[in-house]
Amino acid sequence: MRRTLKAAVLAAGTALGFTGAAYATDLEVTHWWTSGGEAAAVAELAKAFDATGNKWVDGAIAGSGGTARPIMISRITGGDPMGATQFNHGRQAEELVQAGLMRDLTDIATKGKWTEVVRPKGLLDSCTIDGKIYCVPVNIHSWQWLWLSNEAFAKAGVAVPKTWDEYVAAAPALEKAGIVPLAVGGQPWQASGAFDVLLLAVGGTDAFLKVYKDKDGEFAGGAEIAKVFKAADDARKMSKGTNVQDWNQATNMVITGKAGGQIMGDWAQGEFQVAGKVAGKDYTCLPGLGMSNALATGGDAFYFPLLKDAEKAKAQEVLAETLLDPKTQVAFNLKKGSLPVRGDVDLNSANDCMKKGLDILAKGTVIPWTDQLLSQDTQKQKEDLFSEFFAKPDLTVEDAQKRFADIISSAD
Amino acid sequence: MASTMSSAAKRPSRLFRNLSAKIASVPMILTALVVFVGGTLWTVLYSFTNSRLLPRLKFVGLDQYERLWATPRWLVSIENLAIYGILSLIFSLVIGFVLAALLDQKIRFEDTFRTIFLYPFALSFVVTGVVWQWLLNPDFGVQAVVRSLGWESFAFDPLYNSSIVIYGVLIAALWQGTGFVMCLMLAGLRGIDEDIWKAARVDGIPAWRTYLFIVLPMMRPVLVTTLVIIAAGIVKVYDLVVAQTSGGPGIASEVPAKYVYDYMFFAQNLGQGFAASTMMLLSVAIIIVPWAYLEFGRRR
Repeated sequence: MRRTLKAAVLAAGTALGFTGAAYATDLEVTHWWTSGGEAAAVAELAKAFDATGNKWVDGAIAGSGGTARPIMISRITGGDPMGATQFNHGRQAEELVQAGLMRDLTDIATKGKWTEVVRPKGLLDSCTIDGKIYCVPVNIHSWQWLWLSNEAFAKAGVAVPKTWDEYVAAAPALEKAGIVPLAVGGQPWQASGAFDVLLLAVGGTDAFLKVYKDKDGEFAGGAEIAKVFKAADDARKMSKGTNVQDWNQATNMVITGKAGGQIMGDWAQGEFQVAGKVAGKDYTCLPGLGMSNALATGGDAFYFPLLKDAEKAKAQEVLAETLLDPKTQVAFNLKKGSLPVRGDVDLNSANDCMKKGLDILAKGTVIPWTDQLLSQDTQKQKEDLFSEFFAKPDLTVEDAQKRFADIISSAD
Repeated sequence: MASTMSSAAKRPSRLFRNLSAKIASVPMILTALVVFVGGTLWTVLYSFTNSRLLPRLKFVGLDQYERLWATPRWLVSIENLAIYGILSLIFSLVIGFVLAALLDQKIRFEDTFRTIFLYPFALSFVVTGVVWQWLLNPDFGVQAVVRSLGWESFAFDPLYNSSIVIYGVLIAALWQGTGFVMCLMLAGLRGIDEDIWKAARVDGIPAWRTYLFIVLPMMRPVLVTTLVIIAAGIVKVYDLVVAQTSGGPGIASEVPAKYVYDYMFFAQNLGQGFAASTMMLLSVAIIIVPWAYLEFGRRR
């Protein structure tokens, strides 16, 4: 008897709960933030959106962008769109927008004065196609970081390097101490991204833009880029013995001192934070590999598919505003290890590495990254080349450069 | 005139014979025509266009095919498929048949052994791939175990060695698929009349020769079925590679099906993916058509 009563009360409670939720609109948001630091960051977004009275339905897709994007795109093109979805802003969603599948956010943007608050300006340009704004940038990620384990260098008995060249010189000592000098995970985008970072650091900003923006195949096959391939060859030798796939597993090797360092975007910082490591004490970060002081402004953005349901469309507007809210921006980016897209937020609690990044942003030496400059097709060809290059020691530097020049000549 | 009409009324035309059976099969015929044939033709047609994320009819001739055959990754994929295909065909047939013949010796606990051998087949390729990824991982798997037993220099890390990685995939595939081949073969062996064996024994033919020259030729229908099942599995191999190596290290264990998927969806280049899948279809057709001609053409 008592049990029945309890059940009845429970049932009533549940029923009440449901009626309460009926006012809120469920909005499914897909993204590929699944590592420890990323999941903590996305929880902040969900919290902020739930606080507006709507409901964030989390659609995390594991396996990083390469796995997630095809799933997202086929859902949108296949007529089963989600409420909102993450992409790297740039050209990944270009054709979806051109096909009229994405929602035009220009009105919301004008209302929220996005053009004034979003900084640097180039960020919103990547969201703009034919004068209309189609996405909400949420963070600035830059690839150009070298993460070094202070513990590993102490064990090897060498000073923590300050530039890429010093790092290469320290590699034999690390190897002797049984440490993998450079961790490069097996996923293709990691090798390709590491090369791009080297290109910017060793070749310089002009060379980087000449290759990826002007798509000058002849230059890509020339002597200046040969230097970059020489550096990539060093990186390839240093990365031998990594034996992991995912980027966060590679970062974990640096965190635990099994590897000396890793070339990875600033999203790696979230992992260091989750592990309780302190910047400057446990690990060192070198923006631009200590050789270049330009940062690229890639990053993540949310796109909103065009929906028929009016209530969901309204919830989309609320989400778009929430994402750019100063409070959300700070909470999210501190956890994520990325930089906020607004210049007017207070980031006193930012750590050493983030401050280095903010300084560079303030100076304005920012360049567009490959996500903005190259089509996905070209990116994939590049990934195929560099994942092969890093895994196959008998692929010569000359052959690789020749193939690289071919890809750049036919790039779009 | 009148007589023809009456005869037509008496004998309904062939079209209407077994009418209910024909009506029942209409949905399947439509599916086959629209989905399989239609989809195939559509794919071939669009492989001559420069479609990117979305299909569009802008013809570029043979450009996609020229690019395809100049791509190192595609060539590696084809080579891998050839190695994997030929070896897995040979090994799964040979091992499957030997296991079946051994089980056929009226041994004790036959059911137990059969279950053990067939069990891997109950696992999907994804699970198989993950299991063997761990087993072949040099830091945790076979190599680590042997080294911990004292053989320090022992090296067995096929998944991290570009030149032999495809054999690592092959091992996993054989572990998964051989039990099934064994079962098919065993069914075939059980279908052989006991009298044949008696006759062979009376003639004093040794058992291995009976198997090779008498039983095996009699099992032809079973062999053909097995062959078709294995071959279909080979051409479409994808999930095993994705789970076990994701094509790595580098591009050393890529397969054609993965190229198609990656270029269609990841690189957002449908035209290139369609061209690759058309080539896959063509290679299957090159093998199937002459065989079908010999197999079915002869009977007429």
